[in-house]
Amino acid sequence: MRLFFGKVGETTATFFAGVSRLYALFAEVTGGIVASFYEKKVVRTPHVFRQIVLMGVDSLGIICLVGAAVGMVLALQAGYQLKEFGATLYTGSLVAVSITRELGPLVAAIVITGRVGARVAAELGTMKVQEEVDALATMGLNPVRYLVIPRCLALVIILPCLTVLADVMGMIGGFLIGTLGMGINTYLYVSVSFDALVFKDIYTGLVKSVIFAMLIALVSCHQGLSVTGGADGVGKSTTQAVVISIILVIVMDCVATAVFYYALPS
Amino acid sequence: MENIIEIRNLVKKFGDRAVLDGISFEIPAGKTTVIMGGSGCGKSTLLRHLVALHVPTEGEIWIDGENIVGMGEKEMNQVRRKFGMLFQSAALFNSMTVGENVALPLREHTDLPNEIIQIIVKVKLELVGLTGFENFMPHEISGGMKKRVALARAIALDPKIVFYDEPGAGLDPITASMIDRLMIDLSRKLKITSVCVTHEMKSAFRIADKIIILHKGKVLQIGTSEEIQNSTNPYVRQFISGEPEGAIPLKQTSDAYLKGLLET
Repeated sequence: MRLFFGKVGETTATFFAGVSRLYALFAEVTGGIVASFYEKKVVRTPHVFRQIVLMGVDSLGIICLVGAAVGMVLALQAGYQLKEFGATLYTGSLVAVSITRELGPLVAAIVITGRVGARVAAELGTMKVQEEVDALATMGLNPVRYLVIPRCLALVIILPCLTVLADVMGMIGGFLIGTLGMGINTYLYVSVSFDALVFKDIYTGLVKSVIFAMLIALVSCHQGLSVTGGADGVGKSTTQAVVISIILVIVMDCVATAVFYYALPS
Repeated sequence: MENIIEIRNLVKKFGDRAVLDGISFEIPAGKTTVIMGGSGCGKSTLLRHLVALHVPTEGEIWIDGENIVGMGEKEMNQVRRKFGMLFQSAALFNSMTVGENVALPLREHTDLPNEIIQIIVKVKLELVGLTGFENFMPHEISGGMKKRVALARAIALDPKIVFYDEPGAGLDPITASMIDRLMIDLSRKLKITSVCVTHEMKSAFRIADKIIILHKGKVLQIGTSEEIQNSTNPYVRQFISGEPEGAIPLKQTSDAYLKGLLET
């Protein structure tokens, strides 16, 4: 019994310590971004662009594929259920709303966690193990400003863009299934989709994706920079970066949805 | 002789265990000082304190007239421009070419135009005997070459002090002695103060003007190469001869090990 409560206490302590370290990193990153407005050489623009290419441009294909697949599955499932009520026509609106509000941002975030989060954690972790991070510090280059800020900025810029892409591809996927598979009239499908969509659906999705981007970037960079030991430590941190990011993204999604649709007046 | 680094009563504790236990010594300007000791005696930890990667529990570290303990990051970065460091693993940035690695401190800390930076990079690479290697990636060159590139990077900003962490580790004897010679050359030609952490006796006696021997987190002896070679201290003698039997036991019973841990 004592062992059990000890374990619970220990886990809780680790959790809060982790949250406070993430918050400290967040404060340092935002401090650095603010400082970049009045100090030279805080944020290196070429580094941000390089990361945008590595994180974003190279992820276009996989985001398109997964987005379209999710849209298709959604249309198939919705069509099957809606047929019971003779409301197959509304497949389009259901797909459009659920993709833009929820699935587009979430799917993009999860794919990016696996692809980019793991990459960042492994890269920074290896740099830490090979003393490269220490080398930066001894050269008077702050590792957070030099390594973390470009990655955070790049992800915050790129994830909303990828989310829009996932939204569009999801709707196209749904459209294909709806029109070709279920025989809904093309014009009707498009018009019910747009009738159901309101601007709030899209911008709440995008705001969420900005939050997700910050979470993924911070967690992955933090895990990378806190690697100890050798290859084993890098492996552990990479796994943790992905697992923690996905958990935080889903929890945050819950909170954000509750805030946008229940706490804030529509 | 003027001292460029002074360490006063440095203590570092990890938990209850004191890894450095009241260390004090001076490092003379323009000379080569070697810090020696067995594995786990705290010499690498000491070096990491000198470059402010660790914060001491107690004590003062004066570098070129400034106490770096408790210094803010901005001031510390100014002090950091006075020294370069050669890491044990060379610590080159793998995503950059050799030339870009050497150019990095110049790009980040100066406003020099690119052409001038390229010239400085060439000069620094020539100093370490790697002319024409600018466009190689770190994984395309050997371990000894990596160390030399790291040395070129460490001296890119013309520092007053260069710290070396086990410069000969993992290298064949010939390459290791080549690095030693480079170190001596740099000290003589550029009047750089060298501080070197190593446990290789041969290399130490070859390069050192002053040797500091650490044992269990304390300074055991300080002296010139000759003084250390003629030392009567049994620990120092055993360290020089490299005999397994002597004042420092190789094999320990678990009780003795625990006792040793508690003592330090």
